[in-house]
Amino acid sequence: MKKERQFTNYKRWTARVRQTRLLLFLLLCLSIAPVCVHAETSEEKGRAIAKEADRRDEGFHDSTADLIMTLRNRHGQESTRNIRVRTLEVAGDGDKSLTIFDNPRDVKGTAFLNYTHKIGDDDQWLYLPALKRVKRISSRNKSGSFMGSEFAYEDIGSQEVEKYTYKWIRDEIFNGQESFVVERYPVDKKNSGYIRLVTWIDKEEYFPLKVEYFDRKEYHLKTLTFTGYKKYLGKYWRSDEMNMINHQNGKTTKLLWSNYEFQTGLTGNDFTKSSLKRAR
Amino acid sequence: MKQQGSEVRGQEPVSRYRETRRYSLQFLIIVLATTISYSFLTTQSLAWELSGYTTAEGRLFFHDALFSGQRRDGASIAVQPEFYHEWENGSSFLFTPFGRLDSADSERSHFDIRELRYLWLHDSWELRIGSAKVFWGVTEFVHLVDIINQTDLVEDIDGEDKLGQPMVNLSIPGQYGVLDLFVLPYFRERTFPGEKGRLRSRVVVDTDKAEYESSAEEYNVDLAARYSNTIGDWDFGIYHFHGTGREPTLLLRSDPAGNLTVVPLYERIDQTGLDVQTVKGNWLLKLESLYRTGQGEDFYAGVGGFEYSFVNVLSSGLDFGLIGEWAYDERGDEATTVFDNDVMAGARLAFNDAASTEVLAGVFQDLDSDSCAVLLESGRRISDHWKVTLDAFFVLESSEGDILHDLREDDNVQIELTYYF
Repeated sequence: MKKERQFTNYKRWTARVRQTRLLLFLLLCLSIAPVCVHAETSEEKGRAIAKEADRRDEGFHDSTADLIMTLRNRHGQESTRNIRVRTLEVAGDGDKSLTIFDNPRDVKGTAFLNYTHKIGDDDQWLYLPALKRVKRISSRNKSGSFMGSEFAYEDIGSQEVEKYTYKWIRDEIFNGQESFVVERYPVDKKNSGYIRLVTWIDKEEYFPLKVEYFDRKEYHLKTLTFTGYKKYLGKYWRSDEMNMINHQNGKTTKLLWSNYEFQTGLTGNDFTKSSLKRAR
Repeated sequence: MKQQGSEVRGQEPVSRYRETRRYSLQFLIIVLATTISYSFLTTQSLAWELSGYTTAEGRLFFHDALFSGQRRDGASIAVQPEFYHEWENGSSFLFTPFGRLDSADSERSHFDIRELRYLWLHDSWELRIGSAKVFWGVTEFVHLVDIINQTDLVEDIDGEDKLGQPMVNLSIPGQYGVLDLFVLPYFRERTFPGEKGRLRSRVVVDTDKAEYESSAEEYNVDLAARYSNTIGDWDFGIYHFHGTGREPTLLLRSDPAGNLTVVPLYERIDQTGLDVQTVKGNWLLKLESLYRTGQGEDFYAGVGGFEYSFVNVLSSGLDFGLIGEWAYDERGDEATTVFDNDVMAGARLAFNDAASTEVLAGVFQDLDSDSCAVLLESGRRISDHWKVTLDAFFVLESSEGDILHDLREDDNVQIELTYYF
């Protein structure tokens, strides 16, 4: 009986020691923690932010949306394009997207199929309805204008984490929202129109608020701002309005998004060359 | 460019008044039907969709016509509405009639059902029934392997305009590519410019006297099967066609009055075709090839080339592309196409402005003779609904006996104003 008590005492004692050790360990960890954060380089932090933003957008499966693109030149003359976009999330690789043009009427029925890849060039096909022809196009040079807008192909494509290297610059309040300021550098330096992109990312929700584009001569080329964020399916944030200003030619392009729908049942079959021919 | 038979004097002008009146009526019917359905569809907001275009075109020639009977310049109007309906399950119906009225050439005044088809969309296959259009090929200047649809040659000499082809097409997409099966129950004859038309050979092709090898004539049932796939940077397709060839052999015949005419002969052929394209950086490399039996001696023909793009040239926003192609036909001078051993070089300039201004210029050079021609295509949007295009064609050099020799006085510019709805 006594022995037994001694044993329980011993057990209690060892348990207490263990608890103390755990506590000490935790304390140690806490004291080291700030050191750990400092040990993370700004490159690692930048990439971690991009990865977290990407992680938070995972699992949407597919989405559809309508887009009105308004081009405006420096004299204030406007022209609009009506576009529909379908996107399919691809596990382990970049998204697939199908873009269908409704307006101007002469390009009605033209459709653009893009397979984004995390590494290497994207696969792109264009459907020309007058000839019923699907044409493979080169995606190597990413700086070309998308539909005469101030958006380049590399701006509208899926922004895969692997397509850039990163550097966290600072934290900043942007338009009243706490944000990370992260610089991105295109991996494919030779074929991108940019030397770097400075991105303001919302600290709480990890969506982009602003992007400043610097061309290969280090001149500030364009600024893109995102407004009107809405949350879909309780977790996916999408901006309603994007404004791109080209500081060098004075032109702007406004994207107005509407009718966002998620998990509509689209499959890989809806993103093939065959489906490109049927797209309406 | 291929050599052409002995010189023949032009035909006597034939009155085509009745035909012109018929096409005027059809044209009017399309316009009326389109207008009525347009107002109806816009007010009733049915699930039917109406789009299309109507266009006015002027063709101005720099020189007087070479052959008797030809008019100098031409003006024409054309309309092509498109009625479309899609059901919830993705199946759809499409009706696209087309009509043109031409001031100069009664053969160019014509009506066609470009498409009238039902598409039955299933999870694992697509079935198209009706009149439809299918394009196969990869090169820009020559469309060698494209065979399903007949060329509507009176529309343009570039061979890109096609007549609607009645068909049953089963398309089976799978993990290892797409298999397309075709049953083509009715044959469409190629259109040729008439007596008064420019851009024709010296002897008018009498399309009313077309001859067939098949005793079923235009009711011969043609078959085709094509397998196509995309693997990495490569897109390719291989097919076999069995039936009446789309490309006629032109035969010299004399009519009862003793006048020489040319009639098209449509032979039964077997043709295996291949088209391959790969993308390597800024390069697109292309190859089309075919092997045909049943039209004279068996032969190979091929066209290969490249397209190289310079994007955002000097940060100007402009895209500039270079195109180079070489076409070869084993038959040489006996070829039923223009391209027997020719090189094409072209440049495409896209301004990437709000008006989508684009210019394409190309040079055709025959490697067996001095024959050389230049073409220019340009276009610009005026508003959401209007577009203007300007095309030009010049024969720089031609030698006796060449097809191009018959077109040597046909240098022209063509201005088109199109309203899209």
